[in-house]
Amino acid sequence: MSANARGPVEALKGLVRRQYFWGIVAVALLLLVNLVKDPGYLAVSIGPSGNLAGNVIDILRAAAPVILIAVGMCLVVATGGIDLSVGSVMVVAGAVSMEFLKDAPDTVGSTFTALALVIAVSAALGAVNGVLVSVVGLQPFISTLVIMLAGRGLAKVITGGQNTAATNETFRWIANGYVFGLPVVFLLALLVAVGVGLLVRRSALGLMLEAIGMDAKAARLAGVNRRALLFTVYIFGGVLAGFAGVFATASVMTVDVSRTGYQLELDAILAVVIGGTSLAGGKFNITGAVVGAILIATLDKTVVFLGVSSSATPAFKAIVIVALCLLQSERVRRVFRQRRAAGTARPAEREVVAA
Amino acid sequence: MSTLTSPSAEAAPTGIRALAKRVTPQLDTLPTAAAVVIFVGMIVYGEAAYGRIVQFNTLSNLLINNAHLVILAVGLTFVIVTGGIDLSVGAVIAISSVAGVMLINAGWNPWLAMLLMVLIGTAFGTVSGILIQYFHVQPFIATLAMMFLGRGLASMLSTEPERVPDDSPLRSLGEQLKIYDGPKVNDIVLTPGVLIAAAVVAAAFFMLHRTRTGRTVYAIGGSEQSAALMGLPVAKTKMSVYIISGSLAGLAAVVYTARLGSAQNITGIGWELDAIAATVIGGTLLTGGAGFVLGSVVGALVLGLMNVLITRDGGIPPEATTIITGGILLVFVLLQRAVLARRRE
Repeated sequence: MSANARGPVEALKGLVRRQYFWGIVAVALLLLVNLVKDPGYLAVSIGPSGNLAGNVIDILRAAAPVILIAVGMCLVVATGGIDLSVGSVMVVAGAVSMEFLKDAPDTVGSTFTALALVIAVSAALGAVNGVLVSVVGLQPFISTLVIMLAGRGLAKVITGGQNTAATNETFRWIANGYVFGLPVVFLLALLVAVGVGLLVRRSALGLMLEAIGMDAKAARLAGVNRRALLFTVYIFGGVLAGFAGVFATASVMTVDVSRTGYQLELDAILAVVIGGTSLAGGKFNITGAVVGAILIATLDKTVVFLGVSSSATPAFKAIVIVALCLLQSERVRRVFRQRRAAGTARPAEREVVAA
Repeated sequence: MSTLTSPSAEAAPTGIRALAKRVTPQLDTLPTAAAVVIFVGMIVYGEAAYGRIVQFNTLSNLLINNAHLVILAVGLTFVIVTGGIDLSVGAVIAISSVAGVMLINAGWNPWLAMLLMVLIGTAFGTVSGILIQYFHVQPFIATLAMMFLGRGLASMLSTEPERVPDDSPLRSLGEQLKIYDGPKVNDIVLTPGVLIAAAVVAAAFFMLHRTRTGRTVYAIGGSEQSAALMGLPVAKTKMSVYIISGSLAGLAAVVYTARLGSAQNITGIGWELDAIAATVIGGTLLTGGAGFVLGSVVGALVLGLMNVLITRDGGIPPEATTIITGGILLVFVLLQRAVLARRRE
């Protein structure tokens, strides 16, 4: 990165100017609150089998499904769309895998068959979104709302309204296992985030997605294959949601048809927005989305850790969202800028140059 | 629109052209008209397949059980016509009804508590409006934050169902008044809640379709920039649509709690989606600029009637309800899409 070449101070300044900087600050603040409540909160111990254990590891594990859907959501939002169906796709994926594993033998083979089924079903649901948005030309909000409503019903039909449980050691390992002492889910989610980040930023793909989000017509005139890209993005978002569903169900090996993935689309959208991606489309930030997902997981864990009823968590989420949105809003930034300008003249000059 | 047709078409009004001319100016109303047609079709189908649908008591109950949804849908019509969205209405119902019932149980004057229930909605709407208008937070995110806040606060107040005392004036709003005493139980029954909903619909109809504020709402939905350049009070109007939507959600909480007699923190989960669906089915475009109050009423009744039919059928598993809701929603938006494509030609 060129920022590193200019020295750590410049790199830090660049980080501060990033929109997800406030997300990182919020994570640090939450961890600090936990630390005040219990000075040993951040301690990470090495378990008997050489695996890391501790509250921070728990947070990373909880963040994994949110990171996956946030990355998918990030690309969808970049095109000016939104995907409300990810939570429902998660529960459908969970229902399909549990229904299959319920009667399948406890082998590695059935794990892979279950994963293949998940990919197929979630890609199909994503494809429906893709067709409705790119070919039919419906608004993303309403097309994915249809799949959101229908998806949860579909999951209930698949399991017959029951919360299906199954046993499969390999499948369970995906959610509960460790590699290099870290949870598999977190490593997988990070791998996906880094992979997607490199793919879209090292190629023209990211620019094309942003072009669609900025002005679909102009993008088409510039030769961007809007239809195919939108189609791909929604399918990709669906598949990532399917894997998030696997993560969410495999840890307890039970799919709860009314709770698995419930309202997780909102968490994903929040993560994306916290990361500095505008819902208006035209720009996105994968790193920011990952920061946002970790913030949401940290917030969830913190609220429970502080002994507040988990049903009250949304109120704290609301406070964090409002605070971050206000910090990112132009009106508040202007106030900050003026105050800084009043203090010293030189930094103000730099602000103008930066702007 | 009709003034743009060429003189030759005027001169030779052949059968098809005359018909096309008569239909063209009404393309805006086509989705709404389709909603009415489908509503009537559902009633006819229900009557033919299950019977006892076209009856005073069934239709009265349809109104009574959906009065709150009608109120919500009317509020959302204002917001959606400006091109915004309000996701907080379901959670506003939860916080407002839980807080109201707890205050009544704590010995507050019930009428004062009811007023406060509406004002809680007003407060939530005001905060959404301020975030959206003055801090440029996207409506989706701002109202999502209010949704989380409402739901979280309601859960902090209580996670148990809070019962309204049976003799409370709040219950009297849900009392069934027999208007017409038919044979057996086939009566026309209304509740004050239905009357409140009707009054809301009438007032909203007048405001959106007959006043300057209403015109401004449509203008903002058409193009906010143009509306501002024309000197229309954009900031004031945008604030007021969110305040209207929030207040109506508070009012819906009163009507719903009066009918049910209890309030809980999980009341109203997903109702914002029902209300959005009702509005869309009624012919309001999510992009803003087009829509009708009465269409949203029909949309809400379509959703309510669908639940009645599913219950009557008995063979449809309850799990499939949301699939059918999704399907109906899809049909309507596809229809709108077709209409829009036609108009652009």
